[in-house]
Amino acid sequence: MIHNKDMIPEQPAPKGTIGPIGWLRGNLFNGPINSLFTLLGLYVLYLLLVPTIQWAFINADWIGDSREDCSRVGACWVFVNARFSQFIYGLYPSEEYWRANIVFAMFAGIIAWMVIPRLPFKRWMTVFALLGFPVAAYVLLHGGYFDLPRVPTHRWGGLMLTLLLASVGMIGALPIGIVLALGRRSNMPIVRTFCVIFIEFWRGVPLITILFMASVMLPLFLPSEINIDRLIRALIGLTLFQSAYMAEVIRGGLQAIPKGQDEAAAALGMTYWKRMGLIIMPQALKMMIPGIVNTFISLFKDTTLVMIIGLFDLLGIVQAALSDSRWLGFSIEGYVFAAFVFWIFCFSMSRYSQYLERKLNTGHKQ
Amino acid sequence: MFNKKHLVLLASAGSITLAGMSTAQADTLEDTMERGAVQCGVSDGLPGFSAPDDDGNWQGIDVDVCRAVAAAVLGDSEAVNYISLNAVERFTALQSGEVDVLSRNTTWTTTRDTTLGLNFTGVTFYDGQGFMVPSDLGITSVDELDGASICIQSGTTTELNLADYFRANDMEFNPIVFDTSEQTVGGYQAGRCDVLTSDTSQLAALRIQLSDPSTSMILSDVISKEPLGPVVRQGDDTWFNIVKWSLFAMLNAEELGINSDNVDEMLESENPNIARLLGQDGNYGEGMNLEADWAYNIISQVGNYGQSFDRNVGMGSPLEIERGINKLWTEGGLQYAPPIR
Repeated sequence: MIHNKDMIPEQPAPKGTIGPIGWLRGNLFNGPINSLFTLLGLYVLYLLLVPTIQWAFINADWIGDSREDCSRVGACWVFVNARFSQFIYGLYPSEEYWRANIVFAMFAGIIAWMVIPRLPFKRWMTVFALLGFPVAAYVLLHGGYFDLPRVPTHRWGGLMLTLLLASVGMIGALPIGIVLALGRRSNMPIVRTFCVIFIEFWRGVPLITILFMASVMLPLFLPSEINIDRLIRALIGLTLFQSAYMAEVIRGGLQAIPKGQDEAAAALGMTYWKRMGLIIMPQALKMMIPGIVNTFISLFKDTTLVMIIGLFDLLGIVQAALSDSRWLGFSIEGYVFAAFVFWIFCFSMSRYSQYLERKLNTGHKQ
Repeated sequence: MFNKKHLVLLASAGSITLAGMSTAQADTLEDTMERGAVQCGVSDGLPGFSAPDDDGNWQGIDVDVCRAVAAAVLGDSEAVNYISLNAVERFTALQSGEVDVLSRNTTWTTTRDTTLGLNFTGVTFYDGQGFMVPSDLGITSVDELDGASICIQSGTTTELNLADYFRANDMEFNPIVFDTSEQTVGGYQAGRCDVLTSDTSQLAALRIQLSDPSTSMILSDVISKEPLGPVVRQGDDTWFNIVKWSLFAMLNAEELGINSDNVDEMLESENPNIARLLGQDGNYGEGMNLEADWAYNIISQVGNYGQSFDRNVGMGSPLEIERGINKLWTEGGLQYAPPIR
């Protein structure tokens, strides 16, 4: 009998199955067909990436202040550089940029406060964000109070305007959407009919039509003494349009809550608002995070449509800059910059929503 | 896609109903004085005509009209609120009082002048449809374009004008239609067509976007009339006169050799025409409720017509458009202003 008294010592896993090589073998080269596709993919990537990198970085011109500083072989980032403050603030007077900067800082501060879990007083921060901040932002940006010179809204623009439109749209659309969704599920016939008509009307009309109505037709119907600011008109149109979509997202979430929850709460003697506020909504809103963020992201991108009513949002100001005769022909650089900024914002929103989902996950996830 | 044509019709219909009301509107001059700024409708970006520069100031030949009006009325050419308008909403914005002068490369046509409740105050730029050809083809006139393939931007009157002209002259052409001006230039550059057609003011801007602009030239012939000018509401004749004569003052200044550099020396000029224009002999602003130095303010702050043309679209700008028919009448062009007397 052959008998080995010693245990065979632990051995590392075979070289080919661990580390980067193992990963490559397991995932990219596990068979002739997959290997072929991997190589093909790498080749396509090479074909796409090399010219892009050459254009965007290696051959690009970064320093200068006019079109003569660009060789036109690669990207001319000089253009974006020269117009950068305009892309951020629009046509806002440059000596008043500090006002916009304070608003930007407050905005970033509020978001950071809400996102970082360790910081206290979340509830007060929410109240400030919803009530105090809009007033402060308006006073600062518009001026006319405390000796601040007035800056009319037609000078607002760029990323500032995009963020303004998006945040007002989001903050406005969510509560209106919740009310509409509850109204649509209500037993009261008048409330229900009103909500159905409202939602179906706004959902049935393209946003571009609403903006056109607001900017072209509305001034004709109103008496000539009343002149509503075009930014306000756009904001109202955008908010109502998005609230109809939001209502349907929320209604979807509400329908996913079993009826028993509501009945059990009612059996405990809770009023309608308590049932909704304490039992139904907390469960439903959690489930609706992907849908709500989806709507927010699409709202953020929809804000570019205000360009057609002559407001210079980020994309609008890029296009206006492209029509300056000193900078003709740099449209690719301008659009790439705008796309990059939009991507950063949309991607951050999407990451935050994933984090929120994980944080609020109470074990119902399958 | 929304249907632009219907919106225009709808908006026009609305404007017509409003046109009747506009006569009751308040005194534009008084409102402007009170506000301290001229409400000026410009485009949302058109090279050489109206576009913001690196510092966010609006520049362009259309913009200079508004600056001239502001200089005449308020004595400060910077006292202008620029409101950018797209092609559809421009007339509504004027009718509803959102803007008081519309200076947005608007072609003066019968329909617009007579049915929309508007008045055109003059012509800032005589535009027309022209052609860009590669220099090495050796073409010098439109008549040599028989059988050519021509790049056009769709949905514009350019397409119709082209067909009309070629049919009338019994010539053939092969249209290659693109959606946007960038695509049109791309098509031309890639050799999809021999010739590119558009309004001459646009051709210059398109030419710059070519990778080597010197390989193409713009023919001097034009095949359509596109007089572009500022527009005001009907029913306020004082305001109409102010805008009209602000432009005439710039034209007269060029004719009399006055520009922003020499205007102060010209104040002492013996020439009675110059003395009248600059308010040294009589007050010709009185009839418009303006100060006697209204034209002096325009010339010193904005310059004469030639300066504005040169700075924004002419040889002093990247567009390098020839004066052509926009020369003064004394030099064989069409720009002619009634005398200040």
